[in-house]
Amino acid sequence: MNKSPAYEVDALIAEDIGAYLHQHQNKQLLRFITCGSVDDGKSTLIGRLLYDSKMIFEDQLAALESDSKRVGTQGQEIDFALLVDGLAAEREQGITIDVAYRFFSTEKRKFIVADCPGHEQYTRNMVTGASTADLAVILVDARKGVLVQTRRHSYIAHLLGIRHLVLAVNKMDLVDYDQQVFDTIVAEYRAFATEIGIESFTAIPISGFKGDNITAAPSANTPWYAGPSLIAHLETVEIANTAAQARAFRMPVQWVNRPNLDFRGFAGLITDGSIRKGDKVRVVPAGKTSSVASIVTFNGELDQAVAGQSVMLTLADEIDCSRGDMIAAAGDPPQVSDQFEVTIVWMSDEALKPGRGYWLKLGTQTVSANVAEPKYEVCINTFEHLAAKTLELNAIGVAELRTDKPIVFEPYGASRQLGGFILIDKFTNATVGAGMIHFSLRRAENVHWQPVSITREDHAVLKNQKPRVLWFTGLSGSGKSTIANEVEKRLNLMNRHTFLLDGDNVRHGLNRDLGFTEADRIENIRRIGEVAKLMADAGLVVLTAFISPFRAERRMVREMLPEGEFIEIFVDTPLSVAEARDVKGLYKKARAGQLKNFTGIDSPYEEPEAAEIRVNTVEMTVEEAADHIIRKILPLK
Amino acid sequence: MHTLTHLERLEAESIHIMREVVAEADNPVMLYSVGKDSAVMLHLARKAFYPAPPPFPLLHVDTTWKFKAMYDLREKMARESGMELLIWHNEEAAERGINPFEHGPLHTDMWKTQGLKQALDHYGFDAAFGGARRDEEKSRAKERVFSFRSASHGWDPKNQRPELWNLYNAKKAKGESIRVFPLSNWTELDIWQYIMAENIEIVPLYFAEERPTYEWEGGLFMADDIDRLEKVLGKRPEITMRPVRFRTLGCWPLTGAVESKAATLAEVVQEMLLTSTSERQGRVIDKDAGGAGMEKKKQEGYF
Repeated sequence: MNKSPAYEVDALIAEDIGAYLHQHQNKQLLRFITCGSVDDGKSTLIGRLLYDSKMIFEDQLAALESDSKRVGTQGQEIDFALLVDGLAAEREQGITIDVAYRFFSTEKRKFIVADCPGHEQYTRNMVTGASTADLAVILVDARKGVLVQTRRHSYIAHLLGIRHLVLAVNKMDLVDYDQQVFDTIVAEYRAFATEIGIESFTAIPISGFKGDNITAAPSANTPWYAGPSLIAHLETVEIANTAAQARAFRMPVQWVNRPNLDFRGFAGLITDGSIRKGDKVRVVPAGKTSSVASIVTFNGELDQAVAGQSVMLTLADEIDCSRGDMIAAAGDPPQVSDQFEVTIVWMSDEALKPGRGYWLKLGTQTVSANVAEPKYEVCINTFEHLAAKTLELNAIGVAELRTDKPIVFEPYGASRQLGGFILIDKFTNATVGAGMIHFSLRRAENVHWQPVSITREDHAVLKNQKPRVLWFTGLSGSGKSTIANEVEKRLNLMNRHTFLLDGDNVRHGLNRDLGFTEADRIENIRRIGEVAKLMADAGLVVLTAFISPFRAERRMVREMLPEGEFIEIFVDTPLSVAEARDVKGLYKKARAGQLKNFTGIDSPYEEPEAAEIRVNTVEMTVEEAADHIIRKILPLK
Repeated sequence: MHTLTHLERLEAESIHIMREVVAEADNPVMLYSVGKDSAVMLHLARKAFYPAPPPFPLLHVDTTWKFKAMYDLREKMARESGMELLIWHNEEAAERGINPFEHGPLHTDMWKTQGLKQALDHYGFDAAFGGARRDEEKSRAKERVFSFRSASHGWDPKNQRPELWNLYNAKKAKGESIRVFPLSNWTELDIWQYIMAENIEIVPLYFAEERPTYEWEGGLFMADDIDRLEKVLGKRPEITMRPVRFRTLGCWPLTGAVESKAATLAEVVQEMLLTSTSERQGRVIDKDAGGAGMEKKKQEGYF
C-alpha cells in the first residue's frame, strides 16, 4: 500500500490519544466534489481516499473483497467503486445516480466529498453537489484527454462559484506515466478553461487505482511531476467560509426567540462577515438601525462571532425584525429588489412554465416568483446560447425573474448564500429549479409604488360594499358566462357596483396578442388577475368568466388579493354535457383536430380542490345557480 | 480572521437545520433513542434555542427491551432539558409478546418501525428529527437532510428533493411528513470528539465495566434483566462477569457487547480508532436482506 508517513497515525493514537484528539479537534473542514463519468475512475478515487485515510474498517473491507469478486469490474483486485455506489439500483446497474456524501480526514483537515454522477442527464445532481463545495476535482482519463463531459463539469463547477479546480489526470498507469500525455492534456484544458473564464486550476497526474500522487508526490512513477499530491493540495487550499469573513456582516433571521417578555433574540447563521457586541446594524428591508446588545449562546455570551456560526443576537432597541429579514452591517447593507436577471438550472421532469407562480426560497425568505421566457439556454457542452421558450430537465438558462415583494439579496458572485435560490412548485411542493442572481434589473429600482391618498378602503366605503372578485372557472360551454351575467344582473338590482370580465371579450382587446399555448394561457390569466385586482382596488365587485384551467394560475390571482376577496366559483358541468351543448361549435373542431390545446380535449382542466362555491348546471337552472351564489356571498358590505 | 474548526462548522450547520424546522414545520418532534448520537442531537437542540428550551417534545419509541441504564438517563435528560418526554409502546407488539429472542426481524419491525409510524400518526407530527449520520451505512450516504415520507411513511430514494446551498424545502402536502437528520455530516469520531469537548452525559454502558454476560448465537451479550431472559428463553443461560462495553445501544438482547478495558472517553475513542470493525457491526439489524438491509427497512418506514 502506497502510504506516506503522515498517515501512520496509529502510533500517535496508541501512545498519546490526548495529543491525537487535540490535533483532530482543531482540524478545518473542506468540502469538495469529484466529477467525471464512471469510466474516469471517480468512485475508485474516492474509495482510494477512504482506504488510504483508514476510513474503511475490516468488516467493510471483507464485504468489499467478496463483492469485488462477485460483481466488481477489476477482476480479482479490489474494486473501490463498490464502496461508494450506495443504492441498490446503482449497484445493480453499476452507475452512480445520486450525489453521495463521503467523509475522511487527514492530520490537517476533515473532508466532505460529494460524489457526483457524470452523465448529462444527472446535471442537476452535480449542480446540487457543487453548490456547497469549496473545490472541484475534475477527473480526466489520461487515455482520452479533455472530453465533452470534462468541459461540461468544469463549466458547472465554475458556474456554481467553485474557485478552486483540480484537473486530476487519472489512469496515468495505463499510459506508462508519460509526461508528454499529461502536458498535452493540461495545455488543451488550459485553452478551454481560459475561454470560459476559469482563471486558474491545479493539474495533478494520478492513478486512483494504483495510488500514485494521491497521498505523496512525486510518486516514483512520475519523477517529472513537481507539484503537490492531491491530498497535500486539498489540505492547503483556501476555505470559502474563511474568505467570507472579510465581507460586510450579513445574518438572515431564521427564528425569533421569545422565551419571556424580557428576552427577544434573533437566531440565524452568519453568512458573511463578523459581528461584535456594540456593532451598529441595520434590519433590511425595513432599514431601521440598532446595535448588537449581546451575542447569546448556551455556553455564555460571546464578544465576537464570524461567518459560518449559528448565533443568537439581541439588539439594543425594540425594532421590528422577524424571519425573512436580514440583520446587516449598518453602513453597508445588502441590496433589495423584486426584479432580477438570473441563471436557472431546471431540475424537474415538468418543464419551466414562464409566467407561472413558484415559491422562491433565498436565505430565510420565501416569496412567490415568476420567471419570464428565457433569454437563452446555454448548451452545456458547447456553451453556445440557444433560443428557448422554456427550460426542460437539466437545462441551464438565463432569464428575468420577478418576485411578488422585494427581497434582500447579493449577486451570487459576491455571496453564494445570499445569491442562490431554489424554486418550489406550489402544488407538488417539489424543488423544481435552482438559480443564481446576476443582478437586479434597473427597471425595478426606478419604478416605485406611487403612494396614493385615497386608499382602496376609501373607494369601497364610498360604494358601500366590500370589493370581491367572483372568479368563475369551468370547461368551455359549462355556463360560466351565462351564470356570471345572471349574478351581475341581480347585484345591479341590489345597487352594487360591478364589472364583468368575460373571456372572449378580453381576448378581443387586452389579450389579443396571446394564443392558446400553455404559456400564453398563464399570461392571459395573469393579466386578467391584475386587471381584476385594480378594479377591486377601485372598490368594485368583479365577476370573471374564464376557463382558467390551471390551479396554479387561479391560486396566483388569489394571492394577489387580500384574504377573503377572491371567491372561486366552480361551474361543475361534466365534459360530456358541455360537449353535447357545444354552443360555439368548438368541441367539434377540437375533436376534428382543427383546434389545438383545447381544454378537456387535448389540454387538461384541473378542477378546484377547495372552491368557495360550486354550482352544477345539470341539476340547477341558471336562476337557481345565481340565487345560490348570491346567498353564499351575502352580506355584501 | 477566525478559521472555524470542523466541529464548530458541524455544530453551526446542525443548529441551522433545527431552527429551519422549527420555523417551517407545524408540529415537530425529536426522536430520542438515548444513544450517544441522540445525546449529541439533544445537546445541539438545547444550544439552538437557548435560553428557551427546545420548542418540541422528545419521543422515545420504546421496545421495553432497552438497557435499564438507558431508561434512567432518558428520564434525567428530559428533566434537565425542560422538554416534554413522550414514550410510545406498540400495544399490538406487547399483546402478542413480540420479543427479540423468538421473533428476530419481526421484533424490530413491530416495536420500532410500526411503533414509530403509530406514534407519528397518533400525535400528528409533521417533522421528526433523527440522529442518523451519512457515514453509518451506504444508503444513508445518499439520504437528504430533509427526507420526505409519504402519508404511509415510505421513502422513495429515486424521488428525493435536491438540496442546494443550505436551502431546505420544507413544504409538504397534508399527511406527508419530513424526517430531518441534523447530524447527517457528522462522523462517529466527530460525535465522540464533541461529547468530549462539550462534556455531554452519555449512558455509562459505553464505558467498560465488569458486567454479567452470556453468549447467544455466536455473539456476546449483556444479561441486563436475568429473570426476564430466563423467562423468555425457558432456561437460565450461563452468565459470566466480563469487562465489556457497547459501541452502539439498542435492545439489550440485540446489541453485541465487546470485551474492552476502555473506561474513559479518551480510551473509548482510542479503542474505536484502533479497532477495525465498523460501528453497526454489533447490530443484528443490517444483515437482513443482504447488502440492502437498511435501504429496504427505510423504504418500509424505519428511521
